[in-house]
Parts: sequence; C-alpha cells; structure tokens
Amino acid sequence: MPWKELTSKKRDEFEDILEERRLSSDLRYAMKCYTPVIYKGLSPCKPNAIKSAVLHSEQVQYVIKQLAKEMGESPDIIQEEATEILDEMGHRMQLGAVRFFAFTLSKIFKQLFQRVCVNEEGMQRLQHAIQEHPVVLLPSHRSYVDFLMLSYLLYTYDLALPVIAAGIDFLGMKIVGELLRRAGAFFMRRSFGGNRLYWAVFAEYVKTMLRSGYAPIEFFLEGTRSRTAKTLTPKFGLLSIVMEPFFKREVFDTYLVPISISYERILEESLYAYELLGVPKPKESTSGLLKARRILSDNFGTIHIYVGQPVSLRTLASGRISRCPYNLVPRHLPQKPSEDIQEFVSDVAYKMELLQIENMVLSPWVLVAAVLLQNLPAMEFELLIEKTLWLKGLTQTFGGFIEWPDNLCAKKAVLSGLTLHSNIAGLVDGHVVLNDKGVEDGAVGEIVFRHALAVLMCATYRNQLLNVFVRPALVAVALQMAPSFRKEEVYSCFNFLRDVFSNEFIFFPGISLKDFEEGCFLLTKCDAIQTSQQEIYPTDKGSGTVSFLSAMFRPFVEGYQLIFRYLSKEMKEAFTEKQFIPGVRNFVFQLLEKGSTQCYEALSSDMQKNALSALVQLGAVKKKKIPSGFTYNVNQEAVSKILDMFDARIPVQKPVAARL
Amino acid sequence: MAAAAGEAAGGGGGSPSSARRRLRIISGHLRGSPRAPGRGALSPSPCKAQDGSAGPTSGSIPKKRQELLKWNGWGYNDSKFIFNKKGQAEFTGKRYRLGGMVLPTFKEWIEKTFGASLEHKTTSRASLNVNDVPPSIVNEEFLQDLRATKISYSQDAEDRVFRAHGHCLHEIFVLREGMFKRIPDIVVWPVCHEDVVKIVELACKHNLCIIPFGGGTSVSSALECPEEEKRTIVSLDTSQMNRILWIDEKNLTACVEAGIVGQDLEKQLAESGFCTGHEPDSMEFSSLGGWVATRASGMKKNIYGNIEDLVIHIKMVTPRGIVEKNCQVPRMSTGPDIHHFIMGSEGTLGVVTEVTIKIRPVPEYQKYGSVVFPNFERGVACLREVAKQRCAPASIRLVDNAQFQFGHALKPQVASIFTSFLDGLKKFYITKFKGFDPNILCVATLLFEGDREKVLQHEKQVYDIATKFGGLAAGEDNGQRGYMLTFVIAYLRDLGLDYYVIGESFETSVPWDRVLDLCRNVKERIVRECKEKGVQFAPLSTCRVTQTYDAGACVYFYFAFNYRGISDPIHVYEQIERAAREEILANGGSLSHHHGVGKLRKRWMKESISDVGLGMLRSVKEYVDPNNIFGNKNLL
Repeated sequence: MPWKELTSKKRDEFEDILEERRLSSDLRYAMKCYTPVIYKGLSPCKPNAIKSAVLHSEQVQYVIKQLAKEMGESPDIIQEEATEILDEMGHRMQLGAVRFFAFTLSKIFKQLFQRVCVNEEGMQRLQHAIQEHPVVLLPSHRSYVDFLMLSYLLYTYDLALPVIAAGIDFLGMKIVGELLRRAGAFFMRRSFGGNRLYWAVFAEYVKTMLRSGYAPIEFFLEGTRSRTAKTLTPKFGLLSIVMEPFFKREVFDTYLVPISISYERILEESLYAYELLGVPKPKESTSGLLKARRILSDNFGTIHIYVGQPVSLRTLASGRISRCPYNLVPRHLPQKPSEDIQEFVSDVAYKMELLQIENMVLSPWVLVAAVLLQNLPAMEFELLIEKTLWLKGLTQTFGGFIEWPDNLCAKKAVLSGLTLHSNIAGLVDGHVVLNDKGVEDGAVGEIVFRHALAVLMCATYRNQLLNVFVRPALVAVALQMAPSFRKEEVYSCFNFLRDVFSNEFIFFPGISLKDFEEGCFLLTKCDAIQTSQQEIYPTDKGSGTVSFLSAMFRPFVEGYQLIFRYLSKEMKEAFTEKQFIPGVRNFVFQLLEKGSTQCYEALSSDMQKNALSALVQLGAVKKKKIPSGFTYNVNQEAVSKILDMFDARIPVQKPVAARL
Repeated sequence: MAAAAGEAAGGGGGSPSSARRRLRIISGHLRGSPRAPGRGALSPSPCKAQDGSAGPTSGSIPKKRQELLKWNGWGYNDSKFIFNKKGQAEFTGKRYRLGGMVLPTFKEWIEKTFGASLEHKTTSRASLNVNDVPPSIVNEEFLQDLRATKISYSQDAEDRVFRAHGHCLHEIFVLREGMFKRIPDIVVWPVCHEDVVKIVELACKHNLCIIPFGGGTSVSSALECPEEEKRTIVSLDTSQMNRILWIDEKNLTACVEAGIVGQDLEKQLAESGFCTGHEPDSMEFSSLGGWVATRASGMKKNIYGNIEDLVIHIKMVTPRGIVEKNCQVPRMSTGPDIHHFIMGSEGTLGVVTEVTIKIRPVPEYQKYGSVVFPNFERGVACLREVAKQRCAPASIRLVDNAQFQFGHALKPQVASIFTSFLDGLKKFYITKFKGFDPNILCVATLLFEGDREKVLQHEKQVYDIATKFGGLAAGEDNGQRGYMLTFVIAYLRDLGLDYYVIGESFETSVPWDRVLDLCRNVKERIVRECKEKGVQFAPLSTCRVTQTYDAGACVYFYFAFNYRGISDPIHVYEQIERAAREEILANGGSLSHHHGVGKLRKRWMKESISDVGLGMLRSVKEYVDPNNIFGNKNLL
C-alpha cells in the first residue's frame, strides 16, 4: 500500500545554526566573504537590467500595444505606467542590505529563539538544485519570520539569496519596506485580476528572473500567513506563472522545493487570535514594529526548518501535459491556460502543500494542546502527561514528524511546553488550566471573549496536528455518523465530510476513496478499527482512539453546524462577506453567552469563511460578482439538507460528554 | 516509389568540401568504372538492351553493390578511418581530400570525449554468414513470368541482405553481429520505365510485395522488411535506371530516370555545363527517386531549392496505373498538387521512374567562409538576421561549440611550421585579444556560389551582418573543413563502432524563436537520459543549425556515447533517441525536416498531422494500392 512509506519515511537530522552564532562574531559573520552557489547557466545581471528586459520584452510590449489600441491612448503613456508598476514592484537586491540583515537578524534571532534547527542534507540537496535548474522555494507561512529566516539561512549556507514575492502592504512601512526591497523582496498587489497591464508586467518580471536563473524565487503557496497554523488551501496564480516557462520549454526543468518551517511558539500568536475574533489587524507600520520590540525579551523556543527534496517539474508533468497548445501560438502571447494545465497546476499546488505538511516538525506542546483542549476547563497534570505520551505514539503511527528531544521524559517535555506557553496555560494545584485572566471580574461578554482568546491560541497548536490526522479522524467521525458499519455508508459519510471540509484541510483533489482507504489503513494499524469484506467497526480496544479522534475534530463539526444554522435561519437576503462575518460572530457569541454551546472556535473568522466557501462549492450558496466584490445568496433548502446530514446523525454533544 | 534515400545525413554520406572538388572526385570514380558504349549520348530510346543480370553497369553503383561499397558500414570499401601503427588516426583511400592524411589530435579527442580507449575494441564479423540468411521463397509461376520479361533478377543471399536495410544504427549493428528476421526474397533490376510497369503488373497478378530500393541510404528504417509479411518480397532496385533522357536548355529542365545517384547526375549534367544544385549529404549514393520519395533537402537549397522546388514532372508506376501530369509547367492550379502525394510517400504508393528536374548553368565561382561567434546565442541571432534579410549564401550553417571542437579534432597534420604558427596566432587573437572563450564560442560555415563579382558583394553583406552580432571572420579553411565534417562523420561511425562508441544523427525544423530553447533542451535531455540509462561516460550531444528559412530553421543533432558496461546498447540507444524526439516535439519542432518518417518515427505521425490528416493519406493509399503491393509499411 502506497501510504506505508509515509510512516516509515526516514527523515534527515537537524543542526542548530544559532549555535555557531553564539560562539563567534556576528559582525564578522555579516562581513564574511559571500560567494554563493548559483545557477550554472546564469549570466550575472543587475536588478535594473531585469526591469529593463521586462519592459522591453515581447510579452509586455504586446499587452502595451493592445491596451493602447483598445483605449485609444499612446503606447508611451501605457509604457510609462508599466515603468511605474515595475518600479513599485521590483527588488533592488544589494549585498550591503543583505549584510545589514545578516547582522541584525543574528542579534534578534539569538534573542528570540533558543535554537534554529535545519536539516543540513536538505540544504545540500538545495545547493545541487540551485546549480542545475531554476529553483522555486515554497515555504509554509506562519509568521513574518519565515522569509527573513529563509534568506538568513541561505546566506549562512552560501547559497544564492532568493527573490521573494511580498505583499504590497510592506511598502507602507517606512524604511523597512525599502530595506526588504534591497534584501530581495519584490512586491505584488493583493488583487490585480482585472488589470491586464499589471498582470503582464508582474508575470513577466517573475518569469524573466526564473528563466535566467537569476535567483531562487520564493513565494508562499498559502498566499498569506495562516492565522490558525493550519495549512491554508493553496493559491494558484504565482505557481502557474513560475511553471509556465517550463510548459513553453523556455527552461529545461524547474525545481519546486517544499520547505516546512515550524515554530515552537509563534511570534504573532496573540495577534492572530485577536484578528480571528474580529479585532482588526494593525496596519504594517514601522512604529508598530518598533513597539513590538518588547517581544524581544520573550522566549519563542525553537524553530525547525525542513528543506524538502526538490521536486522536478519535468518529472511531475511527464505524460500529463499535451504539448500542442503551446506549439501553435507564439509564446509571447498571453494565453489562458487550458483546463488540463489548470488542473495540473492545482494538483502540483496540493502536492507541494502535502509535502510541507509531511515534513512539518511537531513539538511536544502541540500534543499537549490537543489533549488539553478536549479536557477543559481543567485537567489533572499526571493525566495530561499520560495522554500526551499516548498521543505521541498515535501521531507517529499516523506519520507525524515529532521532534522529541532524546531521553527527555514526558513530564519534563510537558513542563517545558507549559513554561514556554505560560501565556496560554498554566499549572494550578496540580491541574493544568487555560490562562484566561480576568475571568472572575469581567462582564459575561468579557469572560467569553477572554476564554475564546485562550482557546483559539491553544487551538493554534493543536491545529498543527490536524492535517496529519484528518484522514483517519474523518473515518472515525464518519463511523459515528453513519447509520451502520457498512463500508459504503461509512465511506459516504467520509466523503460528505471531506467535501464539507475541503477548505479547512488539505486534500489532494479527486482521490476521496484513496484518502478513505488511507484513513482506514492507519486506524487498523493502531488497532482502532477492524475491517471485514463489507464492514468497518471500532474495536473494543480502539474505542478510546476513535472517540479521541472525533473529539479532536468536533470543534469543526459543531462550528460548521452553527455557521450553517445561522445561514439557513438568518440570511434571507443577499449579503457580502463584510456583513456575514460580524453577523455570524454575534450569533455564536450570543449562544456562548447563553451557554447553549461551548464551541468557542466557531468565533474564528477563518472557520466562518471556510464554511461559507464550502457551501459555495457544494452549491448551497450562490456567489455573485459585483463591482465592489462578491455577494452571496443562500439556498435555504440546500443548506437545511446539509445540516440534516449532520444533525440527524450526530446530535450536538454536551460539553461534559466531550471529555476523553 | 523509388527507395528511400534522401539526405541520409545521419549516415551523412559525402558532402565533399567543395562542389568543384566533388566533381573531380566523382569524375575520378567514373573513370575507374566501366561505362557502356554509347551511354554518354542522350538518346530518347525507350529502353536499353535487356541482356539479363550480366549486363554492363553504367552508373557509379554496380549491381553487385558489395564490390564497391562496404557491406557492414558506410561508403566505399577503400575509404575508412583507422588508427595506424603509431596509434594516430588516418583516413584511407584517395577518394576524399582527407585521404591518406594523419589526424594528430583525433585520438585524444575521442578518448577525452567518450572515455574510449584503443585497447578496448569490438570487431564485426568478417563476412556475411550465408547460412544465417533467411531462405528465398519465390513462387515458380512468378519466376517464369519474370524470366519472360527478360528483366535481370537475383536470389543470391548477399544481394538480398544488402537490400534489406538502410543506415540506421540498429541496422548496421545487425549486419555486424546478427541477422535480419525478414529480408527480400528476390532482387530485380529494371532498366527503364516499361520494366517497372511489367514488374508491378506481375506483382499484382501474383500478389507480391514490392519494396523499392534506390541508394539504400535511408535512416528511418524505411527499407526494413516488415517481419510479418508472408508474401514474397521483391526488392525493386532502381540503380540500373540511371540515364538522363533529355536536356531542355531553353526551359532549363532535364528528364532523368529515377535510379540515378546524385554524383552521376551532377557529373553527367556538368558535361553539358549544367547542374541541379541538389546536394544532400548522401549525394554520392542516394538516388533521384529516393529524394522524391522522402522529400529530400540539399545543402545549397538557398539557391536551388529543396526537392519540391526542383521537381517539374514526376512519372510514377502504381498498382492502379501510371500517375503523371499532362504538361511540364512551372505551376498549375488544378486542385491539390498530386506531386505532393508522391513526394514523401516513402515507397508506399508506387515506383517513381522518371523525373523532370530543373537545371542551372554550373556556377562560375565558389567561395567558402567562416565566422566565429562568442557564443551560440549570438550565432543564431546572426543567422536569423541573415534569413530575415533574405541574403543567405548557398549554404550557411552554425555549429555549436562541441561540434566546433569535433571539427578541430579532424584537422590534418600541418605541413609547415609557418602554418602552425599562423594557426597559433589566430587562436591567440580570438581567445586572448577578443576574449572569446574557446569552450563557448561557435562557428558559422558559409558557402557562396555564383558570379565572381556577386559572390564577393554577397560575402561582404553577410560578413557585415555577422560583425553586428559580434562575429569575426575566421577564414575559408575553417569553412571548408566544416563541410568536410558532414561527409566523414558517416565513416566515423564505423570507427566508433569498433571502439564501443555508437552514435547517430537526427534532425528537425523549428520556428526561429524556439531554436535556442530546442537546441539546449534536446542536448540536455540526451545527456540526462544517458545518465539515467546507466551510460557511464557523458555522451557527445551536439547540434548545428544547418538550414535557414524565412520562418525557421533546420537543426541537426549528433549524438554518440560509449556503451561499455551496457548489455543492450541498441535498446538503450533507441530509448534515448526516442526521448530526444519527444523532447523535440515538446519544444515545437517537427517530426522530420528531411530524413522522413519510415517506420522509425511512425508512432508520432498522428500527433504530427492529426487524425483527419492521417485519414487523408490513408484514403490515397487505399485507392492507389488497395492490395498493399507496396507493403513496406512506412509512414502510415
């Protein structure tokens, strides 16, 4: 069975790169002789030469002429516009800025983090890849530290520094924006779907750098930092841009390198929780950054960076891409990718994210958080240790990549997690409780809000397990939902859940049955279920596992039900996302205040958005484009039917029963 | 249709370094070979005396091919590369300019490029083992009918084996070490159109399979007999249909029998002061009918055109009857041109017997030239510009660095200290003074032809363009050696085979904007595939842009590797060649520019011309040859 390799996969060893930094001079490090490994076919050029090449490329010139014709304007004016776009967008990588970052980041990272661990073999593979073909770095995105850290890492290992696709909002920050630009960041507007000139210039800019092998190109498949630490479903735009030079055979091959960066403690954890609860995100500003410097006194534990095996795009595409469409049209003409290509791009995106997930290091604290969330408000310390240890075994069975320091006893591991995350949970009278200070003296609303904050922060860590667990866990949930143990019925429930949660978790498109089989296989492996020809049923021994797994995903099952209920009852008219989020938040908030639900996670705007798009995909909500965005129309009947599928089969659990 | 011959440039035939010298060589051949009395005269007589197999041969290629040509390799028996007692490479024979010369740096090149060693040798078996040859199965009634026609024929094992193959690598390998599973059962030598009509009639009557054979230089497996063919296979050798029937000086056309080989055609036309100018690399051995059957292309097509531009009238014998046009005009609007059903039909429809072809006065002046470019990109840009300005000389080719070094390795021993000093000076100027990297630079070779004055003017124009792309004129000698490489390479393959090195060439045509990407990707693909298939030394993977057109170029690849340590080299070789073709197609290149499809490239035909396109060709085949008499299974 193919997923067997998943669990027995051998992974590389880690090295701490900060160790060396703590022993020798940062200044000397920043001023070291930097002669990076570069692409073999590279003819060195300056950032400005790239911009000029882009501006004069057939691709951009073609669009300029087209637009000039359509709008009846002079091409010069549009060319001017293109120049401005390029100036706004383009990086100006300079060694000086890089050295400045090398120095300051050394100082900052040593303050913030205990260790920064890297798999050196991955770096070696990357070194070969960079020399051989153009390389695209695809890191996971949990924090702003991601791209700083990655560039820092490449500098440390004497590899070509990447150019990084960054959001335009960074440019709002004085000095910092320009500094990032000099360190290799280039800036893209958040949305430019309709702007053909922008699209042409941007795409050509990226492709020019890729084709010439100028530098590794780095961007985030997830599009933005995941506020929940759960991998976001991929965005396809940039990926399809970097794949195009291969499709058109302008390059022989392109390497895609999945990189998993995991944080023992995420720098932005509380910001994210506020944001998810609807307290607006502060705009990026330099003064904001300076204010944030107090976090420098805090400890954020260890970072693990796992550089995955470079994946050859040529190998992925072999036999999948018909060559005809690209042979019959001049290559500089903008061409809408065929359905084949779009499907391929999407498959590759999911594959890369699944590789990120596979190599994402999980800390002991992640296990603690998962156990704790099922045992609120308080859990006996010893029991927590016991359960954590049990969950460690289960996670490893499911192929999770746990970094558990050698010989570290469970107690110490849990304690060190609690120390590092004292802002989230603490030990009171031999019991572990969530740290939701101010509970006693606030108004009801305040209490709910405080508790929600603590739950969401805690959930951020549990969430790191979910994509590893999702296949077996959804089988477990399906087992409880299905009216019988017959395989088809369990599978149909699984399939339903997989569809509903397709925005919440990462599933490779179109292989529902394979996912189901994998889930069953893993559950069988840990003796939780048995399967016969026709039936799947939980074993006596495994009922604990099955109920743990379904409890783990209960917040999502319940949360979605709440949100669906809101939509089916409250939303008679067309609405926008801006109206929907506060509406559903209030709805859930009131239920929490009344105590008629305990599902605090339904307050998360992330879950709310995902639930809405799930309904759109299931056809129960119609999404319409209007000039200022989108409006939504609920098909009450369809939503009720989906709710029935949940409701009729699993009654909403009472909080007490949710305990393990 | 006459056998696949075309530009078997894979085997690369002989493209002697100058047309004039070529003529000299050719006349050398002719003086040495017996000529039938009166054959020089251009007589419109319908058919020559039919005196069976003992009849005198008039062309350069005798009926017993093996008397003149190698039976298990390329070209003439007396011409080959050897390593002499001192371990230096040498080319034997007196037919080519390289003949008798020592090539001092060649051994080092072959060792460095392939990791080959003179100590590790393979040997072909010395002669054909007649006992291995599949028996000739011919029905007696047919033989009786055939004898009645007085057409010469043979059932001799050697005659049949030597018409069972072209010059693909696997075919030569089989000759050296194995045996073909299926070969012709009988060889017939018609001497004129009427003979062919009789043979085709007999074939229809007795339900036989005919495979036309011209020069035998095919590199597309076009001559291989389908293994599953149960009928008697008749190899129709056109080599004895080799007369020029008439020359029309007013219209500048000549009517020629299709079996004539290129060197004889040019030689005989030259006697009247004319030429066709059609010079595929295989022109010493390939035939006019073969050129038509494969849509051949000649080195000097920029002046004279490819075969489709040269042909005025074709006569072809098919099972349905004779197909031809009613007049000999430059162009006509009478529906789709039936010539285009015939050209490229690769022997699947019938036998081309007579062709009226355009002729030109022999040019007054010829000049070689060469230009060095700092890199391949600049070179391609220059060729593109030359094509754009439509000022391409008779031939213009751009070889990449590897091929430049290859050419360099074939430089004969320098006669005097002075020339070697001059060479050193030139090298110094280009690499040190001009800063060209000897491992990156590339060379364009040029051939100008025409009035002396116009040639000089033309030359200046081309060199001026080259200068704009960073090119430096590099002398006539380099140019001439470049063209020499084309013909010796086929002989070189035989040498390679003796030392565990196998290789082949293949070609494509591609739009200008994709030339660079295609060249790079295909070469890289070859290197990669070799590595994956366990080839222990990096292969030779090199290309040249060998023809230019308004809208694109023809690119020619050489690919060779050392197969020591590989148990099934031919299979590995074929896998790599196939991968290279896939790569070409993925890069927007064509299935073939001039080698044709044969059986080697059939699998990609549907992709190349669409389902409907293939159906169109099939329906023509079904009408013309419903019983598949011409059953070589090429193309479709």
